[in-house]
Amino acid sequence: MSGRVLVGVKRVIDYAVKIRVKPDNTGVVTDGVKHSMNPFCEIAVEEAVKLKEKKLIKEVVAVSCGPQQSQETIRTALAMGADRGIHVEVSGKDYENLGPLQVSKILAALAKKEDAQLILLGKQAIDDDCNQTGQMTAALLDWPQGTFASEVSLEGDKINLVREIDGGLEHIKINTPAVVTADLRLNTPRYATLPNIMKAKKKKIATMKPADLGVDLTSRLEVLKVEEPPQRQAGMKVETVEDLVGKLKEAGRI
Amino acid sequence: MLIFHTQMLRAGVRCGIRLQSSATASAIASSSSPAPSLGFSFELNDQQKEFQQLARKFAREEIIPVAPTYDKSGEYPFPIIKKAWELGLINGHIPQEYGGMGLSSFDTCLITEELAYGCTGVQTAIEANSLGQMPVIIAGSDAQKKKYLGRMTEEPLMCAYCVTEPGAGSDVAGIKTRAVKMGDEYVVNGQKMWITNGGKANWYFLLARTNPDPKCPASKAFTGFIVDADSPGVQVGRKEMNMGQRCSDTRGITFEDVRIPKENVLIAEGAGFKIAMGAFDNTRPPVAAGATGLAQRALDEATNYAMERKTFGKVIAEHQAVSFLLAEMAMKVELARLAYQRAAWEVDQGRKNTYYASIAKAFAGDIANQVASDAVQIFGGNGFNSEYPVEKLMRDAKIYQIYEGTAQIQRLIIAREHLGRSKK
Repeated sequence: MSGRVLVGVKRVIDYAVKIRVKPDNTGVVTDGVKHSMNPFCEIAVEEAVKLKEKKLIKEVVAVSCGPQQSQETIRTALAMGADRGIHVEVSGKDYENLGPLQVSKILAALAKKEDAQLILLGKQAIDDDCNQTGQMTAALLDWPQGTFASEVSLEGDKINLVREIDGGLEHIKINTPAVVTADLRLNTPRYATLPNIMKAKKKKIATMKPADLGVDLTSRLEVLKVEEPPQRQAGMKVETVEDLVGKLKEAGRI
Repeated sequence: MLIFHTQMLRAGVRCGIRLQSSATASAIASSSSPAPSLGFSFELNDQQKEFQQLARKFAREEIIPVAPTYDKSGEYPFPIIKKAWELGLINGHIPQEYGGMGLSSFDTCLITEELAYGCTGVQTAIEANSLGQMPVIIAGSDAQKKKYLGRMTEEPLMCAYCVTEPGAGSDVAGIKTRAVKMGDEYVVNGQKMWITNGGKANWYFLLARTNPDPKCPASKAFTGFIVDADSPGVQVGRKEMNMGQRCSDTRGITFEDVRIPKENVLIAEGAGFKIAMGAFDNTRPPVAAGATGLAQRALDEATNYAMERKTFGKVIAEHQAVSFLLAEMAMKVELARLAYQRAAWEVDQGRKNTYYASIAKAFAGDIANQVASDAVQIFGGNGFNSEYPVEKLMRDAKIYQIYEGTAQIQRLIIAREHLGRSKK
């Protein structure tokens, strides 16, 4: 067992930013907008670093696919405790069309190349909310998957996982190598400390292109239009319950 | 989109607004395109951006939610200080050989502005550490640095700068605390006042008069000492109730026959005045940064409010009277930032930065008060009320025109420096 964990980190528009649709309706405004690491990816990094601190794994490798700025996201992972980074350069039109299918192909290729024992990802990204990359990566590798993880523990060459599902919590045990995706309650990501930010500068980030991994980036999806959700209509106040029932009947709701 | 940190929303401050400020704009610009060297740059390097991000996140998530509570109770914010210490956000000036990070003045100012944005009471408690440590950093022997700076990096301890007295603030040469040499010790008697961290400090930097001759010039009459706070004879007064920065611990301290070993003298007897004053060149830029952080907060709160509150059929930000107020507030904040950055950069280049440091501190202190007051104005009746964040900013801002050299003293210094340059 290599004891190596691959953690995927995605650079997304910061959760606190008010999203604006571009005037040509082809997407959202990203120029000059604050970006940061996807919050679920932060949770994945934290889990990987925790496993390393418990000495259950040996090395944490942070991976990001995107333009030059993705290196900032990798640096944040390094400052949180990842050992080294891999930046898969994707820019321009390729980046606009980059989706879970392409990323999962890249991650699968990297997992083989790096002889990874575990792939930790966020359950979904807050920009596209796809919730697909983890599942697709596991399928491409024919590895077990533990998605929506709220608890992870390693037991020899198996992983005990608690999953958050609609009905409650599901306890499963899967073999390694495996893909695990992190849900909100898995942990609370640490702040990178100032000394760790300084140490992260010395850690290496390798760069490569998808072609180096033999991955074809062609998208099977085409974005036709992006538009704002409909404006919320004002409600109205009623005086009594009878009025409320009357209005609901009028609107054909009951 | 999942709501991740609900405290953020309760704090009511949106990060998006800050995008337009000078520091953040450079943080967003691609770090990959190296512009041809114009010999002048407003760009932060990657590490500085990360430091700034860390401090900003900490301020938003840890300081802002609890600041109003600490302001009302006046309780010392030790839990926050401890967390900041664990993250390496304080004691930035301590050199690496003594366990610190040896950050440049510029880097510590970046962090200070972000923490002050959260609460200047918390930030002042933290900054008082830098002020107390500075004489030791600039004038301490290796042994003194190891002993007194080393311990600050091993545990979250506080220290204080003990110079001001009830009868002497701006006129440092007028201090009356006496230190008399007796054998291998100095015996100190006197009273200090308005000492930040006075009741929480593990040790003090103390300035006392060692030469009783009134004709002796200030440059030879005073000595700087490091005093352990638990020395017998040190009497810590009550916590003073101040107008603002109320969680910061300010006290009077009485020294009654306190014995200080001669090993704790900084440099030598008589060298104190220069050390005490020299510390300010390093600590005025962060104080200016703190005032800028407060002003930025006031601007952001006022801007958010102005875009929501409606009157006469539109949001008040669309009324020119209000938008002009906001414009002037923005001007002041941007300029204050540039001023402290220059002052910090100058001292990092190894040059005497007195001129720039005084300009930065004077300007930032003045505009912090103006901007905070304007913010209250924009909030209208709500601004006067303690349920809204701006009245606290106005109360907190006042001290920036007083401590670390009053607005008037800064003007004396700037005039002296300016005229001194004009003579050459």
